[in-house]
Amino acid sequence: MNRRVVITGMGVTAPGGVGTDDYWKLISSGTSATRTISLFNADGYRSRIAAEVDFEPEFHGLTPLQIRRLDRGGQFALVCLREAIADSGIEIDEALAARTGVSIGSAIGASTSLDQEYSVVSDSGRDWLVGHTDVVPQLFEYMVPVRFASDIAWEAGAEGPATVISTGCTSGLDAVGYAFELIREGSADVMLAGATDAPITPITVACFDAIRATSPRNDDPEHASRPFDFDRDGFVLGEGAAVFVLETLESARRRGAHIYAEVSGFAGRSNAYHMTGLKPDGREMAEAIDAAMRQARVNAEDIDYINAHGSSTKQNDRHETAAFKRSLGDVAYHRPVSSLKSMLGHSLGAIGSIELAGCALAIEHDAVPPTANLETRDPECDLDYVPLTARDQPVNTVLSVGSGFGGFQSAVVLNSYRGEAA
Amino acid sequence: MTASPAVVTGLGVIAANGVGAEEYWEASLAGKNAIGEVSAFDSSSYPIRLAGEARDFTGADHLPSRLTKQTDRATQMSLVATEWALADAGVEPETFRDYDMGVVTSSAAGGYGFGQAELQKLWGQGSEFVSVYQSYAWFYAVNTGQVSIRHGMRGSNSVLVGEQAGGLDAVAHARRNIRNDAATLMVTGGTETTLCPWGWVAHVADSRVSRKSQAHEAYLPFDVEASGHVPGEGGAILITENADTWRARGGGNVYGELAGHASTFDPPPESGRGSTLDRAVLNALADAGVTPDEVDVVFADAAGLPELDAAEARALTKIFGPSGVPVTAPKTMFGRLYGGGGPLDLATALLSIRHDTIPPTTNTQVRAADCASLDLVLGEPRRSEVRTALVIARGYGGFNAATVVRDHPH
Repeated sequence: MNRRVVITGMGVTAPGGVGTDDYWKLISSGTSATRTISLFNADGYRSRIAAEVDFEPEFHGLTPLQIRRLDRGGQFALVCLREAIADSGIEIDEALAARTGVSIGSAIGASTSLDQEYSVVSDSGRDWLVGHTDVVPQLFEYMVPVRFASDIAWEAGAEGPATVISTGCTSGLDAVGYAFELIREGSADVMLAGATDAPITPITVACFDAIRATSPRNDDPEHASRPFDFDRDGFVLGEGAAVFVLETLESARRRGAHIYAEVSGFAGRSNAYHMTGLKPDGREMAEAIDAAMRQARVNAEDIDYINAHGSSTKQNDRHETAAFKRSLGDVAYHRPVSSLKSMLGHSLGAIGSIELAGCALAIEHDAVPPTANLETRDPECDLDYVPLTARDQPVNTVLSVGSGFGGFQSAVVLNSYRGEAA
Repeated sequence: MTASPAVVTGLGVIAANGVGAEEYWEASLAGKNAIGEVSAFDSSSYPIRLAGEARDFTGADHLPSRLTKQTDRATQMSLVATEWALADAGVEPETFRDYDMGVVTSSAAGGYGFGQAELQKLWGQGSEFVSVYQSYAWFYAVNTGQVSIRHGMRGSNSVLVGEQAGGLDAVAHARRNIRNDAATLMVTGGTETTLCPWGWVAHVADSRVSRKSQAHEAYLPFDVEASGHVPGEGGAILITENADTWRARGGGNVYGELAGHASTFDPPPESGRGSTLDRAVLNALADAGVTPDEVDVVFADAAGLPELDAAEARALTKIFGPSGVPVTAPKTMFGRLYGGGGPLDLATALLSIRHDTIPPTTNTQVRAADCASLDLVLGEPRRSEVRTALVIARGYGGFNAATVVRDHPH
C-alpha cells in the first residue's frame, strides 16, 4: 500500500507564544525570542540565554493533576494536541480509535523533572545512595518518558500504535516520518504526530557548556542565534512542541477537511562518523535529501523553499550548505534557505516538528520566513539564506532537514495540495 | 514493497542467567533462576532489593577504554551484543554497500547510570564539573548512534521508546526498513540497565515492582501470589536481513523470519473499555498470514500483577481457546528488561524454533483462577515442534505489541 498522507491540523507551542497564529507572527516577522534564562538561575553557566516559552498551564486548560504529574514537555504536547484536533475538526469515534496512532518525538524526555527530582533525592548532590522516601510517585514516568505518547493517546481517544521516537535532534522529523510510514503502509489511518522537549534545565545547559556548543553571547541574547552569519558562536537552546493531525488524503477529502500540505517524502541516514562531529562534505544528509525527494517524486527545480537545520554552529552551517549543493546542484544557489532557529533557538527533539509546522504555514501563506540576525554572511556559506525579512513568493514544495548528535540526518518533503480539486 | 521476508540471521544476548545466546539458552532450559539481591550498589536501605543482574557482563572485557569511558553500561551492552550478533550472522559490515545497513534500537531509560554520575557532579560540585560526554552518553538515541558509528552503518536509523513494548516496535521498524528496501541489513533490538541508585528509586516509585524479598517469591506471573515483577538488565540485539540478499551473500545462519507485527494502545482505565491486547495479537497474526491454530507457542508479557495477568489470559483464551497453545515466560528467571525485554523474548522464541523446545516459566506454582485457562509451561522445558511463535510485550501505561516469528528454510 502506498497511501497519500496529509496534514489537516496543527498545534504549536513555541517561544514567542502558544498557538499557531502567534507562531506564524513570530517567524514571519523575523523576531528573535531569545532572552536571558528565567526558568532557573543560570548565573555561573557559560551560556545563560535561551528561547523560552511563556507557558501558563492553567491558562491553557491543563488540570492541577496534569500540571503536577506531567513534565513540562508533556504539558506542551497536550496543549498542542488540543489545538491540532480542534484545527482539524476530526472526530475520533470508537471505530476510528483503533485506526488512530500516536508518534511523539523527544530527544531528552522528562529531563526537566529528572533534574529537579535529583536535587531533592540526592540532597543537592550529597548522597550517591539517593533517598527513596521523598520520591514523587511519577518518578518512573520521568525515567521512561512514555507519557509523552500515552497522554496524547488518552486525550484524543487513540487506540492504534503509539510510541515515542527519540533520535536526538532529528526526533521531530523522525516522529512525523514514522507516522507517515505507518499511514502509508496501512497500519493506521490517522496519526497524532509531533514532538516536544523542554531542555532549559541545569543539566542540559551544563552538558552543552561542557562542549562549548551553545552561544556565550550573554549580553546580547536576541542576536545570539545567527545561523550562517560569520559572527555566530554556537547555538541557543529553545523549547516547545508541535503536534499534527496526519491522515490519509482519502479521509481528509471525504470529510472535507482543510489540507495544509501533503507529506510526500521522508528519509533518514546516519553519518556513522562521530557522536557530535560532522564531516564537512554533508554526504549523508545529501543522501537523506535525495531519498526523500525520490519518494516525493520531486526534482531539485521543484523545491521552492529549503527549511534548514541552521543551528548556528560553524560546523553545522557549512555541513548542510554542502549537503544542499550536493543534492540540488546549481539549483541550490537559486532557492531560498532559512533557519527558524534564528528566532526559536534549538529545542532539540521538538524543533523538527516545530519547523515542519513553519513549512506548512509557509505553504499556507505563500511566504518564506527569514533567517534572523544574518548580517554578515559566512563566506563559506554562499547560498540565499533569506536574511532578516520574510519573502512573499509562491511556496508549493518545501524541503526540511535536521541533523543531530549520534549522526542522524533526516529530510522531509511537504507539498501543497491546492490545485488538485477534489 | 518487496515480497522478500526479513530473516533473523544473528543474535547477541545478555541476561542475568546467561551472557551469550548459547549460555543463555542452556540456562533457560535448566530453569536457572538468576534473580538476587542487587550488587551494583548497596541496596540495604531500599524497600526493594531484588534484580536480575547480568553479573557476568563487564563492558571493559570487550571494549576499548576509549569507548567505555564515554558510554553507559547499557550502551556497552548494545555494542558488545551487536558484535556477537554480527559474528553469529557471519556478517562483515565492510562488505556491504553504503546505506544498506541501518540500526533501530529501543531504549526505555537511556544511559541512566552515566546520567546519575553527571547529575551528582552538577548538584554536588557545580555545573562546570559535568562531563563532556554527558550530552550524548545519557540520551535515548545513544545506543543506535554508537553502534552505527562502530560498524559504519549509514542507513536509516531510529530509536523507539515504549517501555517494555518499545523493543518489539523497534524490531518491527527494522523489518519495515527491509521490506521498504531502505536497507538490506538492520541491527535491531535493545539493551537496558537501570541498576544504579537513581534508577532504583524510580523502580521504588513504580507500584508494579514486587516488594517481596525472596527471589523465588517475587516474580511469579499468573500465580495466586503474583505481586509484581523484578527489574532486570540486559536484552538482545538481532541481525535481520532481506532474505534475498542474505541468500545472495551465501546464506548460512538463519533463525527464522519476522513474519508479522502489530501494536495498539489501551483506553484509559476509567473508560471501562478494557484492554486492546487481543486486537494487537489478531492484527499481528493477520500481518503474518497465520491462523491461531498455526501458533506453536506464546511468549507472554507476564506482568506478574493479578489484573494484567488476567487480561493477558483473557485475550489469549479468546483467541486460542482454553489451553489452546503452550504459553511461557522465561523472563521469570532474569526479570523485566524494559527496552531490552521484547527483543530478548524474540531471541528466545527464535531459539525455541531452532531447538523445538519451549523453555519454562519458573516460580509460578499455583495458578490464579482467572489464569487457569492457560497451558503454562512450568518448571521443565517442553519438547515440541515449534515452527511459529507469538511474542507479546506490554509497556507502562497501556502499550501493547505483538510479533510473530516463524521458521525459515535454510
